[in-house]
Amino acid sequence: MDKLSLLIWVPVITMIVMAFVNDSKVKWVGAIGAAVQLVQSVLLLFSFFAAREAGDTSEMLFTTDIVWYKYLNIHYATGVDGVSIALILLTSIIVFTGVFASWEIKDRTKEFFITLYMLATGVFGFFISLDLFTMFLFYELAVIPMYLLIGIWGTGPKEYSAMKLTLMLMGASAFLLVGILGIYFNSAPDGGQLTFNFIEISKIDIPASAQYFFFPLTFIGFGVLGALYPFHTWSPDGHASAPTAVSMLHAGVLMKLGGYGALRIAVMLMPEGAQHYQWIFIILATIGAVYGAFGAIWQKDLKFINAYSSVSHLAFILFAALMFNQVAFEGAVLQMISHGLITALFFALIGMIYSRTKTRNINEMGGLMKVMPVLGVAYFIAGFASLGLPGFSAFVAEMTIFVGAFQNEQMFIRVATILVISSIVITAVYVLRAAGTMLMGAIKNKDFELLPDAHWYDKVAVFVLIAVIAGMGLFPNWLATMIYDGLGPMFERFVVN
Amino acid sequence: MDLSNIIIMRNELSLIVVVLLLLMAEIFSSKNARYMLLNVATGLFALHTILGFLPAETGELFGGMYRNTPLIILMKNVLNIGVLVVLFQVQGWLKKPENNNRSLEFYLLTFSTLMGMSYMISAGDFLMLYLGLELATIPIATLAAYDVYRMKSTEAGIKLILLAALSSGIMLYGISLIYGTTGSLYFNEVMGNLQMNPLQILATVFFISGLAFKISLVPFHLWTADVYEGAPTNVTGYLSVISKGASVFVLITILFTVFKEMSDAWQPLLIVMAVVTMVVGNLFAIRQQNLQRFLAFSSIAQAGFILLGMISGTTYGMATVIYFILVYVFSNLAAFGVVSIVKNATGKDNIDDYNGFYSTNPMLSMVMLLALFSLAGIPPLAGFFGKFFLFAAVAEQGMYWLVLIAVINTIVSLYYYLLVVKAIFVVRVDNPIEPVKGEFLARVGLVITVIGILVIGIYSPIFEWVQALSFGL
Repeated sequence: MDKLSLLIWVPVITMIVMAFVNDSKVKWVGAIGAAVQLVQSVLLLFSFFAAREAGDTSEMLFTTDIVWYKYLNIHYATGVDGVSIALILLTSIIVFTGVFASWEIKDRTKEFFITLYMLATGVFGFFISLDLFTMFLFYELAVIPMYLLIGIWGTGPKEYSAMKLTLMLMGASAFLLVGILGIYFNSAPDGGQLTFNFIEISKIDIPASAQYFFFPLTFIGFGVLGALYPFHTWSPDGHASAPTAVSMLHAGVLMKLGGYGALRIAVMLMPEGAQHYQWIFIILATIGAVYGAFGAIWQKDLKFINAYSSVSHLAFILFAALMFNQVAFEGAVLQMISHGLITALFFALIGMIYSRTKTRNINEMGGLMKVMPVLGVAYFIAGFASLGLPGFSAFVAEMTIFVGAFQNEQMFIRVATILVISSIVITAVYVLRAAGTMLMGAIKNKDFELLPDAHWYDKVAVFVLIAVIAGMGLFPNWLATMIYDGLGPMFERFVVN
Repeated sequence: MDLSNIIIMRNELSLIVVVLLLLMAEIFSSKNARYMLLNVATGLFALHTILGFLPAETGELFGGMYRNTPLIILMKNVLNIGVLVVLFQVQGWLKKPENNNRSLEFYLLTFSTLMGMSYMISAGDFLMLYLGLELATIPIATLAAYDVYRMKSTEAGIKLILLAALSSGIMLYGISLIYGTTGSLYFNEVMGNLQMNPLQILATVFFISGLAFKISLVPFHLWTADVYEGAPTNVTGYLSVISKGASVFVLITILFTVFKEMSDAWQPLLIVMAVVTMVVGNLFAIRQQNLQRFLAFSSIAQAGFILLGMISGTTYGMATVIYFILVYVFSNLAAFGVVSIVKNATGKDNIDDYNGFYSTNPMLSMVMLLALFSLAGIPPLAGFFGKFFLFAAVAEQGMYWLVLIAVINTIVSLYYYLLVVKAIFVVRVDNPIEPVKGEFLARVGLVITVIGILVIGIYSPIFEWVQALSFGL
């Protein structure tokens, strides 16, 4: 068993073990599984550095390549570079904290954790795949458990939200499927063996006519998951109805599949198509960033605020992916990580607050800082991190994106960049407004006075996330370098094309 | 005539032996021994199924009227496995008091139709094909009307036989036109004499229509919903999987061999039918409340997907179709297995009845979930691979727009499959269906289908084997 396949097998084995223990022990099994996975990811990171140190300059490390279906040349091909390792780390951190954030699940506990781990399996599989077929397979594997997770354990109009989310994301995968097949059947324009391996494909030129046709399909296919305006509407509903850990995993990791795919597959493999449609998607991303921020201002429900904020911040990723320079691409990946961590922290806190107050409407809350200082402070930290305060991860990521974006000298892109930057200001408005109304002032509801502060399992989730967010903000260099180098080889071919 | 080669017909011969043995046994057995006979019949058929996997001789018989190739043997084996699973599922229903005295008839009729299908697939000439087709159809009408005490069942039987007669008529007309223009009924001789003249195009269209009726392609699907709903659940399973699968096998063999030269004529026809079948099947499935009707329309939509593989016109496309049928056998029979267990125990078969099903019947619910997700094409279940390969076969021909229509239809189908999943898992009610436990064999049948759903996709040698055989057609 190679290092990377273990990343799939650990969640799978955890699921199997869970199926055979009784309900009270399931979360411990889950916690152990997630901890093992986290340790594994960290070890993977160290062995990655060790390999680079030792002078291994190959593009993807720890590769395996097993032929799966011969005729279509489908391989089980895995490998990681700086970009995917960063995202694998992110995923294992969020799965780990997500388990603790859902410690209080009582209803069908076993089924909940098993379904959650199925989602995690899909995400890990996606990030280690080098083959478009397995990538697509894991993408769908990650999306479909969302239906059950939201439908069964969600709140509010959960059946509607679950159906909407599933159908929109699977609909996106329909476009994606056509895009992938299109890429595949054009992957050998001069004859020879067709391939699904995207590293191989990035080395050849897909005919321009094919790129014009398949780029929009692929970009939209991934973009829907990355909350591309106007296909983002599943996201606020879905997040608002989802249980805590699911929101964390979904906003924190699953939506990054969209950004990752849009950057790595759509843009990198089809540069001419990307160039051709750049303006349309820049406009959409800009609208998404500004619209999401304004949307968040109008919301009263904490989850909706955060969901719209995610739409806004995810638009940064797609925006950066369309800037076509290595710095902006690096910023896109940094933003995936940063937003993943911050939004997971937000959703975890919202879940904890909601389980105590039984309301998510900020106007009904007030003065919570006095009863739950730990959660209150953590919420402020999350807020500051989200609006891009230096010292936290979002600052690093957004700064990199805009530095990259400003390298483009066209007036159109300059204007779009400025508009996107302006959305950060709006972020400050809604973050501070929500935090202020909810946490400061007098306690509005007498019942709230007796509410308990964070339990130990809450603290595990919150502290781990804050530590990573601050760590990334204070010492961004190793991560940024790793991602920058990881993007290097593909970017060089991108520029040549 | 040299009879030493008769062993080529081994599959049919062993089936005939089984049928004759059962007939004799029924005559000579006492009333009490008949329960035993059910198990004997199932056991004999299991032997027959295993026999099918032993190395077999291939070749032609009766001057080319009957032929056997490795691919044909594979097709028959797929059908045999499917029938075996149906036989496992049927136990609970046949042991009901009202079926007490005539349960063996079910086996005789089923085996006769299966024999008809085998001859139909093996046919090397149109006459043989037609004989097989009739043998495969008429007993099914009897099966559909098996619950004589239910009006709906009788209605289903009559509908089926009348419309089947009509479609046979159309098909025969097509065959007579072929004979008239080419002067032969043998596939080999017909093949060389097709020149795309209008009369032959008409013949092709008639011929396809006849089989389209069996596969319930739109616009020949109108009988499907009523018959599927009226017929006993297990018969519906048999109709929608085995009967449909056999007809698909025949259609694809004929189109890819005899009518290969005519592909310019039938390709556009199939494209239109595929699109219409997918759309109509899906749109009607959304509205259904009765699970059997629901599965009927879902199977119409699935037939539309199957056509995609034929449109490609390549050997690879052929392999994907056969592979998809294999996947479909397991997925659909798993769904029917659950429905029949529940219906035999409680008599309920509406989607609403399944509300909260998971809280009382977790295992059956999981089987149903796997079956529906496999039908919807969710990875890593077999249905995902089946559909992906079908779409790849179409994309290979550059028809990406057709792929897009098909994938969008998959999403529509996902919607209604999720409606059932929602009823089972998400909705909570105070009085869900009480815990039910199927017969031992019925549960064995479900286990087989679940293994099929989980393994056929991930374990790639199965597809490669199907594909290798397809090149040998």
